[in-house]
Amino acid sequence: MSDLFHPFSFEFFRNGLVVATIAGLVCGVIGVYVVLRGMSYIGHGLSHSVFGGAAAAAVIQVNYFLGAGLWGLFSGLLIGRVARRRIIGADAAIGVVTTASFALGIVLFNKFGQARRSLDAVLFGDVLGVQWSDVWAVVVVAVLVVLVLTFGYRRLLFATFDPDVADVSGVSVARAEAVLMVLLSLTVLVTMRVIGVLLISALLVIPASIARMLTNSFARMLVIAPVIGGITCFVGMNASYHLDTSSGATIILVDALLFGAVFFVTGAQGRRRIAAIDHGHGAAPLRSAA
Amino acid sequence: MTVIGSDEPLFRFEHVSCSYGGPTVIEAVDLAVTRGEFVGLVGPSGSGKTTVLRALVGAVTPVHGTLTVRKPMKMAYVPQIETVDWNFPVTVSEVILMTMPQRRWSPRASAAERTKIAETLERLGLAGLGGRHIRELSGGQQQRVFLARALVQEPDLLVLDEPTSGVDVRTRHEVLHVLTELHAAGLSIVLTTHDLNGLAAHLPRLVCFNRTVIADGSPREVLKPYVLERTYGAPMEVLEHGGMPVVLDHPSNELSERLRAARSA
Repeated sequence: MSDLFHPFSFEFFRNGLVVATIAGLVCGVIGVYVVLRGMSYIGHGLSHSVFGGAAAAAVIQVNYFLGAGLWGLFSGLLIGRVARRRIIGADAAIGVVTTASFALGIVLFNKFGQARRSLDAVLFGDVLGVQWSDVWAVVVVAVLVVLVLTFGYRRLLFATFDPDVADVSGVSVARAEAVLMVLLSLTVLVTMRVIGVLLISALLVIPASIARMLTNSFARMLVIAPVIGGITCFVGMNASYHLDTSSGATIILVDALLFGAVFFVTGAQGRRRIAAIDHGHGAAPLRSAA
Repeated sequence: MTVIGSDEPLFRFEHVSCSYGGPTVIEAVDLAVTRGEFVGLVGPSGSGKTTVLRALVGAVTPVHGTLTVRKPMKMAYVPQIETVDWNFPVTVSEVILMTMPQRRWSPRASAAERTKIAETLERLGLAGLGGRHIRELSGGQQQRVFLARALVQEPDLLVLDEPTSGVDVRTRHEVLHVLTELHAAGLSIVLTTHDLNGLAAHLPRLVCFNRTVIADGSPREVLKPYVLERTYGAPMEVLEHGGMPVVLDHPSNELSERLRAARSA
């Protein structure tokens, strides 16, 4: 039993645990919008871009949150804009921008990287690097996300569910999307160190997808997804200490196991709900009853 | 858009042309609708009917001409039911609530809002269905949910895009019935449709449309072979059945003859 609590005696672990759990909550709640709007690839791309910004910030010795944050916000808004305008090849444009940014990050890291933090830690997450500033950052972002999503609830839901009508009803879809992109960028920024660049998108997608299998209500999804995100991050962090595996990868495996279990338990109903997510607008035929 | 006096039409298109950056989609449209009217815009798909509605609600700005909309006037828009994401996790009440402005921190419905939602659902025969997921409704109920969402905004003008597209016969009757009742209760309605016999022929005023207004009047006045041929670009016949004009298009006649021939062969 004392073995189980052993890691709690380390400050770095306690900090990492707090950051990971809150990161799980925030990713879970933002993930609901990411999944329902079909922007999973945006979360994926965004984390890659932020990595480039983080590496560039390290080279020119600017604060991580400032450098990577500005870079992330910029690429987030750019991606949102490109996706919204439905410019031909939006997918390709996003792919080019984000992977180029990622590649730039790797090169900068190879060339100027600090010895104490390996590339593995950046890609797959590491609790050793977590400092007090990370704890504060994730708390501030969590509070901001909750406030914005609460006060903007109806508008964001309207813009997500029915963008065409929202636009003509006085709810600016462009503004709603910009708000979501900013929140997503900030979330990626403060989560990246613990979860790792390559795995953040899974933390955005899996808890929200599990929540979707469990409920048909948007409001309940917004509660279930962060709870799942928080719990799986907490469990995954502890498991990663005992198994001596990378924190991000372990957390995602816990998420994936839970996904599998819920998928199995909810049966046909859960499968139908989850299968329908991507079939979005216009594809659903009218049916007399579900 | 300019403000016009209260005895004026609800809206007026004067030689309005619109484009989405390329060639004009609608051209030199003249159309005015006054309070209490029930108008159907008919025409083939791609004829620009939806663009007329989009211009009206302000989603597209005319490149030529003047569009005057009476102020203050509240318009509520009902989208094509086929464009709705029926798998989205929302309940009937949530669909209606999301369009009500959130003036407090809490996104939950206030007591007054709950009452208003319940009243609107009741008015449209959806009482007790507020907690249902939108997929768990019949076609007619689904269409009425979006009508309810529009009505809860207490509009002066209801704008519907193809309200009977992709719905079965029973739902079409239901929709027509509900709209007729709302019109009788004093609501002004403008809709687009390509359903000539099922919907258009039952409306008091029809506008035949293909890039511009081709004919404007009662169904008896505008449902004429030469008007329909200009609208649809294909020869059509108009018969009368029970005092109502019934439109027949030739290709389907040919088809039925061929089918008959195939069967007898």
